[in-house]
Amino acid sequence: MVLALLLFLALSLLLYALLGGADFGAGILELGRMGRMGKQEHALVQRAMAPVWEANHIWLIVAVVIVFMGFPPVYTTVCTFLFIPLMCVLLGIVARGCAFVLRYYDAAADHSGLYSGIFAVSSAFCTFFLGVLAGAMTFGGLDPSATEFGPAYLSPWLNLHCAFTGVFACALFSFLAALYLSGEAEVKALQEDFQRRAAYASIGMVVAGAAVFATQPGLVTKFIETPLALSCFFLATLLMAQLWYAFRYMKATRSVRFWTRAAGAGVVAMVMLGWYSVVFPAALVFREGVLTYYEAAAPLPVLKALLIALIVGIAVIIPALIYLFKIFKWEVLE
Amino acid sequence: MSHLLAARLQMALSLGFHIVFASIGMAMPFLMLTAYRKYLKTQDPEYKQLTRAWTKGVAIFFAVGAVSGTALSFELGLLWPGFMKYAGPIVGLPFALEGAAFFLEAIAIGIFLYGWDKVPPRVHWASGLVVGLSGVTSAFFVISANGWMNSPAGFDWNGGNPTNIDPVAAMLNDAFFLQAVHMTVAAFQAVGFAVAGMHAWLYKKRGYSLHLKAVKIALLWGAVASVVQPLIGDLSAKAVAGRQPEKFAAMEAHFETETHAGLLIGGIPDEETGEVSFGLRLPGLLSFLAHGDFSSAVKGLKEFPREDWPPVLVTHFAFQIMVGFGMLLLLIGSLGLWQMWRGKAFSAGFLKTLVLCIPFGFIAMEAGWVVTEVGRQPWIIYKLLRTAESVTPRPAVWVTLFGYGLLYLFLCVVLVFVMQRQIKTLHKQLAKSAEGNP
Ligand code: HDD
Ligand code: HEM
Ligand code: HEM
Repeated sequence: MVLALLLFLALSLLLYALLGGADFGAGILELGRMGRMGKQEHALVQRAMAPVWEANHIWLIVAVVIVFMGFPPVYTTVCTFLFIPLMCVLLGIVARGCAFVLRYYDAAADHSGLYSGIFAVSSAFCTFFLGVLAGAMTFGGLDPSATEFGPAYLSPWLNLHCAFTGVFACALFSFLAALYLSGEAEVKALQEDFQRRAAYASIGMVVAGAAVFATQPGLVTKFIETPLALSCFFLATLLMAQLWYAFRYMKATRSVRFWTRAAGAGVVAMVMLGWYSVVFPAALVFREGVLTYYEAAAPLPVLKALLIALIVGIAVIIPALIYLFKIFKWEVLE
Repeated sequence: MSHLLAARLQMALSLGFHIVFASIGMAMPFLMLTAYRKYLKTQDPEYKQLTRAWTKGVAIFFAVGAVSGTALSFELGLLWPGFMKYAGPIVGLPFALEGAAFFLEAIAIGIFLYGWDKVPPRVHWASGLVVGLSGVTSAFFVISANGWMNSPAGFDWNGGNPTNIDPVAAMLNDAFFLQAVHMTVAAFQAVGFAVAGMHAWLYKKRGYSLHLKAVKIALLWGAVASVVQPLIGDLSAKAVAGRQPEKFAAMEAHFETETHAGLLIGGIPDEETGEVSFGLRLPGLLSFLAHGDFSSAVKGLKEFPREDWPPVLVTHFAFQIMVGFGMLLLLIGSLGLWQMWRGKAFSAGFLKTLVLCIPFGFIAMEAGWVVTEVGRQPWIIYKLLRTAESVTPRPAVWVTLFGYGLLYLFLCVVLVFVMQRQIKTLHKQLAKSAEGNP
């Protein structure tokens, strides 16, 4: 039962990364442009995101509901001891969502520069702190017995390791967004431009990824001892190498563009799977001791009800979601 | 204590902010669908313009509702971890189902907002219907969670280690259904009157017939809701009198237990002395409203331990405000319905009254939530867990309260500004099409 729920949790986080993450990434890429973004590029981001971002975003809510109903101590601990990065994430979510719709819907566009600025900055801010949160949950700095402000509320996340997981998340999401957008772009110059940025982002991923490992002593051994994580790593490297090759030597034909996007999603999926497999079954790592998902799980009838609700919900949602993507994304996918 | 107060204020602020957008998300789709259907039937382009103009506004409000709601789903944990520890497992089920309903809503709204020329009109119309229905459904689920706080069910408390958890029974608690219906109707009432008033104002200012069409559609929804609301409210009051007598007594500022109890109108209660100054008492009516019998006994606050009293003044005031505005809207709504039924044009005075009514529904709704929430104090889970016991141990709650307050204030300013510009653009369009075919 716990495993089945974890499967749903992992799946919704993965979908959040693949769909919502790309939306965050689009904002980060805009930030990289520092306001020197062309009209065409703006229109592209808008057209790609507008119909789907709200739906993409709900995967996060699904994940939160699974955690707070199925694994309540995880939810309450994160909300208490990691409240600062969590607040930062929330601030980012609110700011970027508002800025994004206003940029599109505020009738006179003369303020769109301001909206774009907020959208871009808050996308990066939010992604960074999402990464920090993910890092802090298993970094091992959580200390519920601490009474002072610093050890209780700062040191669990205010460290190099978490900073690098944050940077890694930014690189990962902008990599994904650049690949998706290069696939949706119709103008050749824009396609190539996004491919170039995907390449830069992938370099960022490698560097930040290395730093994530370097700043957490036990992580490398744990990684080597987990066969699944290793295989994910090799697959991701393989996909990445092919992507680089494709950027450099292949023409951006339809099938190549489709394939590069699929490969990009594959890389992200491998990263996520690798991450799950390294941390599993720990939900939270404390200064002393570990809380596993098995220990954190709510009583059986609760898990059962949650699972049924998820299955029913998914059965309703998936066809509707497919329909949505079919209307707005089919022509670009083909 | 001030720590707790900051947390309570932050919760009230966030919910009070969110509920405005939630109501718009519930009721606006139905207003748009009415206009849209009229367009499909009559092919009158003004109805299409109206639908599209509303759609643009809704897109913005929906997004703000979505992000503020997301903040809320964390805020419950950020402020009340001691509560979520229990509530998460027991009453998480409606939240999970709510998530599914939100999902459907977000998908449908994507289709509705951006699918104008991409899907056939009927499918497009239906996607709007899905937005409205899933909005109402999700409201039902959240309120089920709130109902559970008022009327805990589906577990054995067992001194703080709940056993025999039955999530379905928790979801279908006693308070749930009436609260949800009451709230849904409130959303239509608040939104209907606010929109009708806005367009009445614009009509008086500019005279475009589009605005008059809008007034009629919005007022129809708002007025019908206003007529049924007092009936539902009466049922809610009876339910509260049975379920949470302290809350009922605080709502009525009723200190002494008595038979033939009088209904208090106005009045300033003093918690220390248990006296009410000023105010008008209608003999026997309170007994009748509480139990359907003029001679029945109504429990007063003094029946209960002092430390279990809710704040009397706030609860009583909020209740008076809600009922007062409810009665006013009943009156104005009936007047509007009567005029529409007779096929008469609205008089200038009536349109002016509608403009005045813009905030009334929302004020009543916010006051209603204050009644429900403040009236439940000092309990966060009625009779089981005190609010003070469940507040977060983390410091700096005042700081986050301040931060949230600023953020919401800023958003309100931006929204007003943006809406004003939307209306300007609409008027430009209308002026253009008036020039085109004089
Ligand atoms: C747990 C926190 C929480 C609480 C206490 C509430 N909500 Fe909420 N609400 C959310 C969490 C949420 C959310 C899950 O975060 C949503 C979902 C996605 C989204 O649209 O935001 C949201 C949005 C949302 C929407 C759709 C947004 C829109 O159409 O603009 C509706 C209709 C409601 N809510 C209804 C309510 C009502 C009637 C509430 C009070 C009785 C309420 N919510 C309290
Ligand atoms: C959206 C409309 C709502 C409004 C305007 C509202 C308003 C309020 C107010 C004024 C308070 C502070 C009461 C006090 O401490 O004196 C409060 C507290 C609270 N509300 Fe609500 N409420 C709403 C809906 C809900 C819903 C649907 C839930 C649950 C799912 C909920 C859960 C809580 C919790 C957990 C607290 C804090 C604990 C407490 O003070 O009892 N509220 N709300
Ligand atoms: C006119 C007669 C009305 C009566 C007798 C009445 C009665 C009540 C009662 C007794 C409650 C407390 C229920 C509880 O704690 O469970 C309540 C709550 C509430 N009322 Fe009313 N009400 C009236 C009008 C209105 C109006 C006009 C609105 C808004 C447009 C409104 C909106 C609400 C809301 C949002 C709540 C809190 C949610 C809920 O518990 O359903 N009410 N009302």
